[in-house]
Amino acid sequence: MEMVNITIDGQKLQVPEGITVLEAARTAGIKIPTLCYLKEINKIGACRVCLVEVERARGLQASCVYPVAEGIVVRTNTPAIREARKAVVELILSNHPMECLTCERNTNCELQALAKQFGITDIRFQGENTEFPKDTSSPAIVRNPDKCVLCRRCVSVCNQIQGVGVLGTTERGFKSIVAPPFEHLLSEVDCVYCGQCVNVCPVGALTEKDDTQLVWDAINDPDKYVVVQTAPAVRAALGEEFGYPVGTSVTGKMAAALRRLGFDKVFDTDFTADLTILEEGNELLARVKEGGKLPLITSCSPGWVKFCEHNYPEFLENLSTAKSPQQMFGALAKTYYAQKIGVDPAKIFSVSIMPCTAKKFERQRPELRDSGFADVDAVLTTRELAKMIKVAGMDFAALPEEKFDEPMGISTGAALLFGATGGVMEAALRTVYEVVTGKTLQDLDFVAVRGLEGVKEASVDLPPLGTVKVAVAHGLANARKLLNKVKAGEADYQFIEIMACPGGCVGGGGQPLVSGPERMALEKDYRALRAKAIYAEDAGMPLRKSHENPAVQALYEEYLVKPLGEKSHHLLHTHYTARPKYQILAPKE
Amino acid sequence: MGCACQCGSGQKEDKFEFIDRVIERYKGQEGSMIPILHSIQQKLGYLPEDVQAYIAEKMEVPLSEIYGIVSFYTLFSTQPKGKHKISVCMGTACYVRGAGLILDELEKELGIRVGETTKDGSFTLEACRCLGACGLAPVLTVDGRVHGRLTVDEVDQVIAEYKDKE
Ligand code: SF4
Ligand code: SF4
Ligand code: SF4
Ligand code: FES
Ligand code: FES
Repeated sequence: MEMVNITIDGQKLQVPEGITVLEAARTAGIKIPTLCYLKEINKIGACRVCLVEVERARGLQASCVYPVAEGIVVRTNTPAIREARKAVVELILSNHPMECLTCERNTNCELQALAKQFGITDIRFQGENTEFPKDTSSPAIVRNPDKCVLCRRCVSVCNQIQGVGVLGTTERGFKSIVAPPFEHLLSEVDCVYCGQCVNVCPVGALTEKDDTQLVWDAINDPDKYVVVQTAPAVRAALGEEFGYPVGTSVTGKMAAALRRLGFDKVFDTDFTADLTILEEGNELLARVKEGGKLPLITSCSPGWVKFCEHNYPEFLENLSTAKSPQQMFGALAKTYYAQKIGVDPAKIFSVSIMPCTAKKFERQRPELRDSGFADVDAVLTTRELAKMIKVAGMDFAALPEEKFDEPMGISTGAALLFGATGGVMEAALRTVYEVVTGKTLQDLDFVAVRGLEGVKEASVDLPPLGTVKVAVAHGLANARKLLNKVKAGEADYQFIEIMACPGGCVGGGGQPLVSGPERMALEKDYRALRAKAIYAEDAGMPLRKSHENPAVQALYEEYLVKPLGEKSHHLLHTHYTARPKYQILAPKE
Repeated sequence: MGCACQCGSGQKEDKFEFIDRVIERYKGQEGSMIPILHSIQQKLGYLPEDVQAYIAEKMEVPLSEIYGIVSFYTLFSTQPKGKHKISVCMGTACYVRGAGLILDELEKELGIRVGETTKDGSFTLEACRCLGACGLAPVLTVDGRVHGRLTVDEVDQVIAEYKDKE
């Protein structure tokens, strides 16, 4: 790599050619403030919060897009720069509803943080305030354009990373707004509710739909028997809400907190993740042996499933019919478990804690009511759970480490892997290998499917069946690439894992927010750090293969009989519906 | 099932066939979106949602991107044009001589905002740049015919003149 010599605030530095002044300053310990810039996602130089002075360049420069060059001399902290940055933030604030005290992002807002950092105590500009209607039409995402600062981070993530593209800037100047085309509601367009836009929004303009009250009400209702399940990725991130470093697992404390919140039973989605492996693994083998539709594609990510329904209806038959672990859990809680403990299923209220906003939509699908009731009654994100713990006044760090309840809290390390990209694949391979070969798997770690590369491939020898080719994609733009390859006949995989969110569920749209400045400060991608916590926890588990889960074995013996059996078919499998991408072009009935 | 663009009526097919041809013509050219939208608007008169969605599918870009362009440039319209097009000059000379007030009056009289079309389809109201008739400022044109040295009071006469005209 070519290096260039530059000077920033008097410090002489050697930095790689091609990086920006913002990045170069970081290496010298200088934190230039930013707002629209988001590492690896948005680099458009729009907000001008990151202004610096470059000698011989005219005017102040946006450092997030200014490339370093041999010999440049940069200043980041002069009265003129401080004044200009402050004016930029004041301008934004002059058209901003000052509702911090009642805002979802209070104390966790990048705009608020800048106002504080720049010492803004009054706003010199008086402007007319634009007012746009709030969009609460979807079960998952709330848009509040009045708080939007037009940074376009959401537009970039929705377009480039997710390849969905329902958000865009419309109109111009004062009327400009970030919205779906024709100012449609999110529920009217092909939004997949992945929540990646919420994850990147620096302010309270995009949030998840808050369902915490629904859960408090159920807990307070003496007639309700409230069970809770927690997805594998939640435990790897929840701690961040309570000051733990990114990449800390807080499984035991989370179980303790849930118990103290008043849930009657604290269960684990990992139990049904193991079950999913048995159903889906057997589905794969059945399709391979009987010449069924291949490649089989995983169906546990509801953002991905909705994306497939809108964009790739020709692949719906490839989707595994297995419900997601959340929905399998819900269906079993109101049948198998209700029967086991002798409680009327009508009284069971089943809550799930998910790293995901799309799960709020999945729960409402009309086809997912096989228990005779809605399989899942409420979905909270990791962030919403953190809110409940805070409202309850718990000192999270002081909580003891507790265990999940039996039997639906028993799980293996394989189930944990569902939280990271490649995890379902790895868990499935551990089981399928042993089922097919009849041998014990020696090396459990399929490292080829781990990590943050967009599309990963591997081949696994499964004698006597032969070699199985698999692929993994995360982030829907990557999924598009992979599917187009399959469509064009350029690949012949038998099994594909797709997760809607980059990094898999650890990077889910319902996870604790990692701000722009934090993303720059972390030594590694935050999703890689969370995944590391998951792999470490898996390595320490006594059981690491789904088919060894004794509670799942008991479930088959007592109730389901066998994978893909009649009861499984009824309770644990589902179907999909093609959805138009653009309502207006949909064929009329 | 599946394909979202099986679009019923024969008349519609013509419209979409035309779009196909335009897109085909610009195939593989960088930065062709604006000329494509322009040709289509020339032919259809406006760019309604189904047309934009169809272009989005054909060109494999998100509809939000096309809508972003269409709503950014006043050149494009998502609504059908009225029978008569009123363009009010907002160039400097006209502006200082009260073009803004004329425009306000037109908005009030017609009950629409700039860029919109009256419900009965008779008028579309637009603002434009210098028409090169600064000597007559403030100026507006209706269907290309120049009306100069206007006062706010004369606005309703201009409207009346065209109202029932074909
Ligand atoms: S978005 Fe930020 S600055 Fe705006 S009201 Fe909410 S907390 Fe305050
Ligand atoms: S939820 Fe996902 S698909 Fe929907 S607007 Fe946000 S990023 Fe785009
Ligand atoms: S909604 Fe949020 S992320 Fe999107 S442009 Fe507005 S402030 Fe930025
Ligand atoms: S312009 Fe650099 S952070 Fe917005
Ligand atoms: S400014 Fe109106 S015609 Fe020149």
